[in-house]
Amino acid sequence: MRYLILLKAAQPASPPPAELMDAIMQLGAEATAAGALLDTAGLAPSAAGARVGLFGGKLSVTDGPFAEAKETISYALYEVRTKEEAVEWASRFLKLHRDLWDGWEGEADVLKVFGPEDFGSPA
Amino acid sequence: MTATDPRRVVEAVWRIESARIIAGLARIVHDVGLAEELAQDTFVIALEQWPVTGVPDHPGSWLMATAKHRAIDLVRRQRTYQKKLEEIGRAAPDADEPDLAAELDDYIGDDLLRLIFTTCHPVLSTESRVGLTLRLLGGLSTDEIARAYLVPESAVGQRITRAKRRLTERRVPIELPPPAEAAERLASVLEVVYLIFNEGYAATAGDDWMRPTLCDEALRLGRLLATLAPREPEVHGLVALMELQASRIAARTAPDGAPILLQDQDRRRWDRLLIRRGLAALDRAEGTFGPYALQASIAACHARATRAEETDWQRIAALYTVLAHVSPSPVVDLNRAVAVGNAHGPARGLEIVDALVLPNYPLVPAVRGDLLARLGRTAEARHEFERAAGMTRNTRERDLFEARAAALE
Repeated sequence: MRYLILLKAAQPASPPPAELMDAIMQLGAEATAAGALLDTAGLAPSAAGARVGLFGGKLSVTDGPFAEAKETISYALYEVRTKEEAVEWASRFLKLHRDLWDGWEGEADVLKVFGPEDFGSPA
Repeated sequence: MTATDPRRVVEAVWRIESARIIAGLARIVHDVGLAEELAQDTFVIALEQWPVTGVPDHPGSWLMATAKHRAIDLVRRQRTYQKKLEEIGRAAPDADEPDLAAELDDYIGDDLLRLIFTTCHPVLSTESRVGLTLRLLGGLSTDEIARAYLVPESAVGQRITRAKRRLTERRVPIELPPPAEAAERLASVLEVVYLIFNEGYAATAGDDWMRPTLCDEALRLGRLLATLAPREPEVHGLVALMELQASRIAARTAPDGAPILLQDQDRRRWDRLLIRRGLAALDRAEGTFGPYALQASIAACHARATRAEETDWQRIAALYTVLAHVSPSPVVDLNRAVAVGNAHGPARGLEIVDALVLPNYPLVPAVRGDLLARLGRTAEARHEFERAAGMTRNTRERDLFEARAAALE
């Protein structure tokens, strides 16, 4: 089953430490080698993006930044056997932040991607 | 229920780490069965300790360190025992003692590669290779393997026990194959992975949910191999083939479970991510002519066609001609007949089918029927579809052939 992991945090005042980026690359390489990590990338601040809305039958397009306190920093798509495995990979990712970036705070949403297993066996 | 329940964390970490731990232990104790036992002991310790002490910060490292200490203790005890035996003159002296600390620093990647070459060793039957690989590399339990293969759990357990015993009895070293055997041994590894994939891919609806996960297991093993042996083009060929075939899983069965043929599939339901990964893997095998790379190239022709009519049948027919040389088989020729029939007209396809010797294979009359129908030889075509319906033991397939025959009335 697939899980999408979205990392959310306040936009930092300074760029992440080089050691953290290195450790993230290393973890990514491990997860890729394990056949678990399918795709991942960092996301630019929402100031570089836009939001398209539909309310009351009307389309609206608003340029970023979005008003939320937290920005979505990165995404990662995992193929794993259980939710706990996805949680474990997300935990490893956050532990790197804890160990290598003093004072960093944020959270990773672990979201299940619908797959064939969610629709049951046909009759 | 909280996701940090130690038991669930242990299980998740086992899924992620067990192959690496067993591989590392196997190098120290030189026995895959013993390595697996030691790894399982370590997980039992984790299950006992973690609920009390809390989950360690780096659970994977904790398990690996604990497992290796136990392995080294065991080896030391065995050596002490052996020394005592020597002292009383009952055993031959051991060769120079290997440096355990140096062994610990070796690359884990090589350990995994050595392990998979061992679980796919030719002294084992194909079934045993599959079972042992799923168990030791995939981290699947005996019960999960049994459900995936629709066989009793006891049968799988016995098969795996026998396989481990055989490796010990035949003193199969846990090592990379010598250069002279490398190609053949790699072929065995790839065959095992593709067999696992096909077992899942061939499964139709209504089966236990474990069966389709065999495709995921095989893909995981293939991706692992691609990292461990990146210079082997056939590894990338196999990964490409599996990614491309897996991309169609959602589109190849109707809601009622009936199979949908490639040309009738809703291609919008193909998994674009897997197609992209498959084409990228194929790039890494490009220009090689191994059977997996060739089959992946054929699958890529289908993946690139957003509509069935856009399929490059000329290229597919050419690729099948090469494949028939590299890896000759009547089934390849039958597929070549279909491709040639589409690329160069049904009469040319029919020539190939008529030269085939493949008795009691329902797809032969089915392909023949299709080519004859396109040539306007309706009565002969209907007869062929009726023959195909009489041969198949798959009810879904029979329905399909009978419908084709009825449409030619």
